[in-house]
Amino acid sequence: MKMNQIVFPLTLALVATLAATGCKKGTPKLTQLPGQRVPVGGTGEQPNLDTKPFTPGDANPNPNGNPVPPADPGKTALADRDLFEGMIKDAEALKSYTVHFAFDSAVVKKGEESNVSAVAAALATTAANKLLIEGNCDERGTEEYNRALGERRADALREALVKAGVSADRIRTISYGKDKPVDPGHDEAAWSKNRRGDFILLLPKAGV
Amino acid sequence: MKKNICNLVTIGLAAVALAGARAQEIRIENTIKIVGMTKPIPVALDGFTGEAAEVLKFDLYVQGFSFVTPEAAQFLIHGSGAGSVSGSVTDKVSRRVMLSSSYNGASLRRQAHAFANDIVQTIQNKPGIGLTKIAFKSQPSGFGGGEIYVADFDGYGAQAVTTDRAIAAKPAWVPHQLALYYTSYARNNPDIFYHSLSSGQRRVVAGYSGLNTSASVSPDGSKLAMVLSKSGSPNIWIANADGSNLKHLTTGIEDSSPCWSADGQWICFATKIAERRRLAKVSVAGGAVHTLNTAGVANPTEPDWSPDGKWIAFTSQMGDFSICVMPADGSLAPVVLVRGENPSWAPNSRTLVFNHETGHRQLLSVLDVFTKQYKDCTRTAGSNSQPAWAK
Repeated sequence: MKMNQIVFPLTLALVATLAATGCKKGTPKLTQLPGQRVPVGGTGEQPNLDTKPFTPGDANPNPNGNPVPPADPGKTALADRDLFEGMIKDAEALKSYTVHFAFDSAVVKKGEESNVSAVAAALATTAANKLLIEGNCDERGTEEYNRALGERRADALREALVKAGVSADRIRTISYGKDKPVDPGHDEAAWSKNRRGDFILLLPKAGV
Repeated sequence: MKKNICNLVTIGLAAVALAGARAQEIRIENTIKIVGMTKPIPVALDGFTGEAAEVLKFDLYVQGFSFVTPEAAQFLIHGSGAGSVSGSVTDKVSRRVMLSSSYNGASLRRQAHAFANDIVQTIQNKPGIGLTKIAFKSQPSGFGGGEIYVADFDGYGAQAVTTDRAIAAKPAWVPHQLALYYTSYARNNPDIFYHSLSSGQRRVVAGYSGLNTSASVSPDGSKLAMVLSKSGSPNIWIANADGSNLKHLTTGIEDSSPCWSADGQWICFATKIAERRRLAKVSVAGGAVHTLNTAGVANPTEPDWSPDGKWIAFTSQMGDFSICVMPADGSLAPVVLVRGENPSWAPNSRTLVFNHETGHRQLLSVLDVFTKQYKDCTRTAGSNSQPAWAK
């Protein structure tokens, strides 16, 4: 251990120093602190620093290319993100079909099924168009819990669309948790609007 | 109080030798500590003013000390912060001087933190937390875009790690390294980044389709636990620190917030079992999911396992959010401590940093779980949350 290696020579040095100076028992120790703080990313004083070589990503140049382990029963694995690269977002086209959820629930309510059907119908008209589903939550619930809840809402809508005949390859999901409210208020009127799945139409990039 | 600064040249050497000598003395440990009900250690602080006094009071308060008159004190702390910090600790009954130290270099703040550390080591026989760091996220408006910050544990000296102006979340330290993992929407998707603070370099380690978030690093720094939804729903996955060797660990219906046990053998996480939100643990090798006993509190989330392995802190939601602590072995019911969420243990396994809402703004606080003493440590504008204590 490093400490032992340091202690022995230092103790010897101390004995020598004490003999030379004749310090009395009770001499205060003086602790030399390292220099002033440096900006993050600098190379100066830092406690417990990067000591191990680390090359995150090197072993995994294409994160989306990893073999997919067995999926949950009844769940459809998500489509590769590269399939949506460069597509143009149209947030208006399907705006009226936004689906709302009950508190702390990712279940698509019966009354919302017509919105899902309408989105499926809209996608059926143009094969080149795809879909982004944005899952959102109200401000109650902790941040990371809500980030997962938003994803579960988007995933539930995705499963419903797949059931309605939309190819899973055409659907991308994203959760904003409670980070993207449509109404920043702090009452049920705002919360009920914020517990939602928004449908964003994705159009092929220009010139394609 | 006798001050005996004899020879400043010998200091570093004296510190090592005295530490060696102290180890041979008989030390009677007072180990009976009950979460939320332990009495603070009464000390009298004398001679310090301004910044040095402020630092000493903050550091000692959140590590279980209280400040009383010399008559009521068990230990007398005397010294000065004029120019540089020096001070001593005396056992009031035996009149024995237990510590006598002077500090130079760095800033007065750091000298005072170093003295606080030596006081804690002398009286509690445990390393102090005075010179430790936290990371957290800060959002100007309380939602949406923000940045990851790093600061001293008392909130001073905050520095932005990211400049993405994107949603950022859940920083996690690599143990014993100046490096973080965090979630960022910088690539228009919640992805997990590794960011070396010493080189400034960062890389995506989990950028799969769907959700990539809630990274937690194993105690030896070699593995990651995280939440991914690539298989169709958010579950707990583990991987090597660089993101390779990915393994699907859980298939619960509402999994979130993984953390590591101190021995690196278990992942504790929040889930839903039989229609109830629960905390559970699963071996990193996979296999059965064990439900943890959180009797008496509802909706537990965000577990954090203490570095000494003894405790699990978590958030419960019963109307409001509360910080709770329970023995990791399930031998006692959780204790509800204070209003707040997102608890993260200090290296001392007794102090937590967490956030709590005041006027729709999240503020950071530091809490000593044994005495239930806490102080705010927010010194950054905006809403500050998801603190992580460097270990």
